Amino acid sequence: MTSSLGSPNVAAILFFLLFVSVTLVITYWAARRTRSTEHFYAAGRSVTGLQNGLALAGDYMSAASFLGIAGLVALSGFDGLIYSIGFLVGWPVVMFLIAEPLRNLGRYTFADVVAYRLRQTPVRIAAAIGTLAVVTFYLIAQMVGAGNLIRLLFGLQYEWAIVIVGAVMMAYVLFGGMLATTWVQIVKAVLLLGGAFLLAIMVLLRFSLNPLALFASAAEQFGARVLAPGQLVADPLDALSLGLALMLGTAGLPHILMRFYTVPDAKTARTSVSYATAFIGFFYLLTFILGFGAMVIVGPDAIKAVDKGGNMAAPLLAEAVGGEGFLGFIAAVAFATILAVVAGLTLSGAAALSHDLWVNVVRGGHAPEHEQFVVARIATVLGGVASIALGIVFKGQNVAYMVGLAFAIAASANFPALVLSVFWRPFTTRGAQASMIVGTLSALLLIFLSPTIQVSVLGRASAPFPLRNPGLVTIPLSFVVGIVVSLLTKESEAGERFPSMQHRLHLGPEADQA
Amino acid sequence: MSERQRALEALAAAQWKLALRLTTAMMAIYFGFILLVAWAKPLLGQQLVPGLSLGILLGALVIVAAWVLIRVYVRWANSHYDSAVARIRESGR
Repeated sequence: MTSSLGSPNVAAILFFLLFVSVTLVITYWAARRTRSTEHFYAAGRSVTGLQNGLALAGDYMSAASFLGIAGLVALSGFDGLIYSIGFLVGWPVVMFLIAEPLRNLGRYTFADVVAYRLRQTPVRIAAAIGTLAVVTFYLIAQMVGAGNLIRLLFGLQYEWAIVIVGAVMMAYVLFGGMLATTWVQIVKAVLLLGGAFLLAIMVLLRFSLNPLALFASAAEQFGARVLAPGQLVADPLDALSLGLALMLGTAGLPHILMRFYTVPDAKTARTSVSYATAFIGFFYLLTFILGFGAMVIVGPDAIKAVDKGGNMAAPLLAEAVGGEGFLGFIAAVAFATILAVVAGLTLSGAAALSHDLWVNVVRGGHAPEHEQFVVARIATVLGGVASIALGIVFKGQNVAYMVGLAFAIAASANFPALVLSVFWRPFTTRGAQASMIVGTLSALLLIFLSPTIQVSVLGRASAPFPLRNPGLVTIPLSFVVGIVVSLLTKESEAGERFPSMQHRLHLGPEADQA
Repeated sequence: MSERQRALEALAAAQWKLALRLTTAMMAIYFGFILLVAWAKPLLGQQLVPGLSLGILLGALVIVAAWVLIRVYVRWANSHYDSAVARIRESGR
C-alpha cells in the first residue's frame, strides 16, 4: 500500500486551519472575560462538571497515548495494552484522595494545598521545583513529538512546526488564560474521542462490528502470541515500578491538578473526575481496536516502514479505511491534541513561577492584583519561549523516556507531599521540603543510572540501576523521608492548624467566613 | 471538643477509611493484573473464545473495575457524605 503521509495533505491543512480559527475565536471570547488573576488561572471557577471532565480528559489524552499506544499495539499486540490500562488506573486515586481536598484547600496550584498549614516560603520553593521539573520533561516530550509528527503528517519542516505550536499555544494562554485553555481542551477532547470512535467503527465494519472477530483475525495472521503477554513485561519488578509511577503520577501532574480549581465546588470536582474517567477509559478501550485494526489492515511492516516506533499506525489506518480525507482529519486531530496539551502544561508552569515563586515567595503573599496578573502573563511568555527553545534543542534526541520520567517525578515529588499534608497531622515544613526535594532528585538520579538512559540513550552495555522506571524505589523513599523528617522536626503550629484545615477540607472555603 | 467538631472528625475518619480501602482495592486489582502478565504469560494467552484471550478480557475488566470503584465512591459521597456535610454546616449556624 502506498501512503500519502509526508507530503502536504490538503484536507489535513484545511481541518487544522479550521481548528486553529475556531480556537482563536474562543480565545478572543475568553480574553474579554479574563480580567483578573482568578480568571486567568481558574476560569473564574465557572466550569461545569461535564466541561471539566472533558477538559481533564483532553489534558490527559496526549498525542503520545493516541498515536503511541495504537502504534505499540499494532507492532506488539497485547503488550501495548498494558500502557492503556496503566494510564487509566491513576484516576480512581485522583478521585479518592486528591480532587475534593484540592478544590477546597487551594486557589491556583497544588502547592497551595501542601503549604496550607506549613511555612509558605520553603514549601513553595520545593513545590515549584517539582512542578517545573515535571512540566519541563513533559513539555520536551510533547514538543519533540510535535515536531516529528507534523513533519511526517504535513510535510512541514521541524523547526517551523515547533514555532507554530509554540506561537498558537502562547496566544491561547496569554490572552484567554484558563478559560480559553479549558475550551481548547474540550474541543480537542470531543474531536479526539469522536475521531477515534469513528475510526474504530470503520475498522469494525469490516468485521461485522465484532471486536473479537478483529482480534481473531490478528491471531490468525500473526500468531496467537499477539493476544498474549510478550517481552515487554519481562521483569515483574520493572512492571510494578512503571505501574506505580503511572498510577500515582497521574495524581501529581500539575496541569491535571490545576483543573480542579476551575469548578465552583468540591461536589463538581467529584463529578468531573467521574466524567473524565469514563471518557478516558472509553478512549483506551478504543485503542485496543485501533491497534489491532492497524495490525490487521495496514500490517506491522508497512507501519514500521513509515516510522520505526509505530507512531503512524493510527493515521495509516485512517487512510486505509477512510482515504486521504479521513487521514487529513485524524492528522489535524493529532496536531490539535499536542497544541492543547502544551497549552495546559505552559499554564501550570506559569502558575508555579508567578503564583508560587513571585507572589508567595518574593512578595511574601502580598502582591497587588494587577501585579499578579502582569507577572502571570510574563511567566506565560517565558514558558512559551522556553518550550520552543527546548523543542529545537532536543531535535533528533530520543525523548520517549521523558513522559515516564515526568510521571516518576510527579509520583515521587508531588503526590507524597500532597497526601501527607492533607491526611497526616504530624507533617512539618521540613518534612514536606525534604520529601519533595528527595522525590525530585532521586527520580532524576535513578533515571539517569537506569537502562532507560544508560542502555537506550547512551548505548552502554549495562546500567548500575536495574529498573527502567524508578517509581518503586523513589515513591516509598519520598514517603519515608517525609515521615522521618517530620518526626524529627516538631512543628507545633502545623499540627495546631490541622483542625482548621480539616474543617475547610470538608465544609469548603465558604465555611471559613462562618 | 464541641459536638460539631466531633461530628466533623467522625466524618473525616469515615471518608479517609473509605478512600483508603478503595485506593487499596484499585492497587490490588491493577498490580494483580501486572503480576499475572509477568508470571502467567501462557495462562493469559489462553483464548476463551476465538479472539478473546484471558489477558485481553482481564485488561478490559481492570478498566471496568476503575469505573465501578469510582461509582461506589460517588454513590457514598452523594448520599452519606454530602448530607453529613450539610448537617454539620447547619449546626454551625
